[in-house]
Amino acid sequence: MFWTFAAFLLVVASVAYYLGSNKASQIAKQDISLHSRPGFHGAYVAILAAGPALLFITAWAMFWPSLMQSMVIAKMSDQVAALSKPELQAFLRDAQAIAFGGIVGFTDAAKEQAAQHFASYNQLGLTVEIAILALFVIGGGYWSFQRISPQLRSRHTVERTVMWVLIVCSAVAILTTVGIVLSLIFESFMFFRKVPVLDFVFGTHWSPQSAFEGAGAEHTETNTKIFGAIPLLAGTMLITLIAILVAAPIGLLSAIYLSDYATSTVRAIVKPVLEILAGIPTVVYGFFAALVVAPFIRGWGEQIGLSVSSESALAAGLVMGIMIIPFVSSLSDDVINAVPQSLRDGSAGLGATKSETIMKVVLPAALPGIVSALILAISRAIGETMIVVMAAGLAANITANPLEAVTTVTVQIVTLLVGDQEFDSAKTLAAFALGLLLFCITLALNIFALRVVKKYREQYD
Amino acid sequence: MAIDMANTTSETNAAPVAQDAHSASVSTATSKIKMRGQDVCVYYGDKQALFDVNLDIRQNHVTSLIGPSGCGKSTFLRTLNRMNDTIDICRVEGDITLDQENIYDPSIDVVELRARVGMVFQKPNPFPKSIFENVAYGPRIHGLAKTKTDLEEIVATSLQRAGLFNEVKDRLDEPGTGLSGGQQQRLCIARAIAVSPEVILMDEPCSALDPIATAKVEELIDELRENYTIVIVTHSMQQAARVSQRTAFFHMGNLVEEGNTDDIFTNPNDQRTQDYITGRFG
Repeated sequence: MFWTFAAFLLVVASVAYYLGSNKASQIAKQDISLHSRPGFHGAYVAILAAGPALLFITAWAMFWPSLMQSMVIAKMSDQVAALSKPELQAFLRDAQAIAFGGIVGFTDAAKEQAAQHFASYNQLGLTVEIAILALFVIGGGYWSFQRISPQLRSRHTVERTVMWVLIVCSAVAILTTVGIVLSLIFESFMFFRKVPVLDFVFGTHWSPQSAFEGAGAEHTETNTKIFGAIPLLAGTMLITLIAILVAAPIGLLSAIYLSDYATSTVRAIVKPVLEILAGIPTVVYGFFAALVVAPFIRGWGEQIGLSVSSESALAAGLVMGIMIIPFVSSLSDDVINAVPQSLRDGSAGLGATKSETIMKVVLPAALPGIVSALILAISRAIGETMIVVMAAGLAANITANPLEAVTTVTVQIVTLLVGDQEFDSAKTLAAFALGLLLFCITLALNIFALRVVKKYREQYD
Repeated sequence: MAIDMANTTSETNAAPVAQDAHSASVSTATSKIKMRGQDVCVYYGDKQALFDVNLDIRQNHVTSLIGPSGCGKSTFLRTLNRMNDTIDICRVEGDITLDQENIYDPSIDVVELRARVGMVFQKPNPFPKSIFENVAYGPRIHGLAKTKTDLEEIVATSLQRAGLFNEVKDRLDEPGTGLSGGQQQRLCIARAIAVSPEVILMDEPCSALDPIATAKVEELIDELRENYTIVIVTHSMQQAARVSQRTAFFHMGNLVEEGNTDDIFTNPNDQRTQDYITGRFG
């Protein structure tokens, strides 16, 4: 129903626009100068005719169904009083399905009766909605239409409306982020009621699969000593370090080549290829790491007499490094290109060679951007999941040896949530706590990156 | 490296050529020719930008290149230290000599050439480094200073010659980009002086500056003439008349006329020069 009304309001708006601008044009034809151009008057009428009505039907669509449910529950209070909350929900679902069509679990007399209530309330609601809608459309439309006059400052109203539409749109993105963060915090809080924060953040033992068999713990109680996040953080750091050791030099040097040395033909070929590298799904990188790189490293390690586990941090880190090369190179390339040609000319004019110019003028000038590119790549590596799930393993080791298996925060979140879980067990909630931890780390990195950029940013002109 | 180290000392009176540099009306026909362009043609791709330009640059003179936009004066200036090499599609024909040596000869190292023929650009382009580092940049890459004290001396001398030292001596470690436009341009001149060039090319050095800063830079150019040979591209005829002893008028890629500045501005031979300097076109 909402969409029908919305479409109707679209028509209303077009008509109102036409009428409004037409009336304004008529005034203008009599050689009276208008404050706003006819188009603004048209938009003014359209906004007042359709805007409030649109807000109304949106609010109605949001609140009417639950209002209808509570009215039905009030009517049926005798029959539903005994039902528990899930039962009541099932009851209402079935009743609505009977009334409006849908898949019905099973029917009984009470549900049939409730369905009838639903149907009649729905009918009533529709009538009321249409009546109010018409009131808004006609009232707003008429009021604004008869206000059209040479003095009417409709341009300001229209501009302000545009601003509000823009504000609402940007608010959606912000509110979504806030919502996600809040739910992370809330669920993590639930987790920290079961497991002390310090045990989680500074604990060195991670094996949540044995949550209920921990030594010395009651059968039903949570063993708080097995939720130590340090091994996961250590694994994440190790793999990220390897990845950045691979990606930073390769990405940066290729960016320098692309921006300052490559001919335009080479550039036209290499840049898209690098972007293809960025387009490969991470799952492909994942099995590439697990099936090609890891066995290769293992075979190579055995040849020179090292013991390499089949899922090594090195394999995951190398492949992750390859994955983030395009990030580093493409972002650094942009930054290096943004260094003005005049600085390069100035350096060349003093007799500096190309590499001297790049080392001593271009790179220092581009440094803040390069640092932020690297930090963005690092936060990307920290949050990366698929490669490490496939190639890094599950063993929560604290080690600096890249040939051993380690596990990461993201891998453990996946492991905790795969399969059937209770939503309120410490094991499941631990995933939220890990998510919050991850969020905090990447947030800190991003803030740090912004800081660096701000502090060292150079005004070029 | 063919750089006269005497230029880096603070004794400005140790200039290599003793000549009455302050007199604009000095007879220039007899002075030494520092650079010479013979039949210089420049092409950007298929388009020819300069047609058989023959121009002599005299030592310890200021030579100004004037002409309407797109006439090829900047292009000619940039051929003098091979800055056009950085443009892929640009091709230079003809001979350009510096002290009778062809600078487009394969045996010439462009790095050394640019150390001898420095350049100051239209827009001040200080590096995003400290004032000190901006000036020390050239001496560092050419290894001109043996010790830190040497380097500091070169920087101080260069800043003094560029008339900037007193304004910045207390804040040499502050970023060069924080200076005002005029100060930035003088910093760029100091930066060019620091490698002890023999010739300084200036591509409209005052076009981004206000009149006061322009006056300072012009005064500076006149002082620098004692020790350096200067070629300046300018759109301002007053500026050309004020600072230069020789003037060359370019039009549509051709060198129309060149001669003593006084002659060009009072008694031009060519109708086009006459029209341009009286403001009838351009």
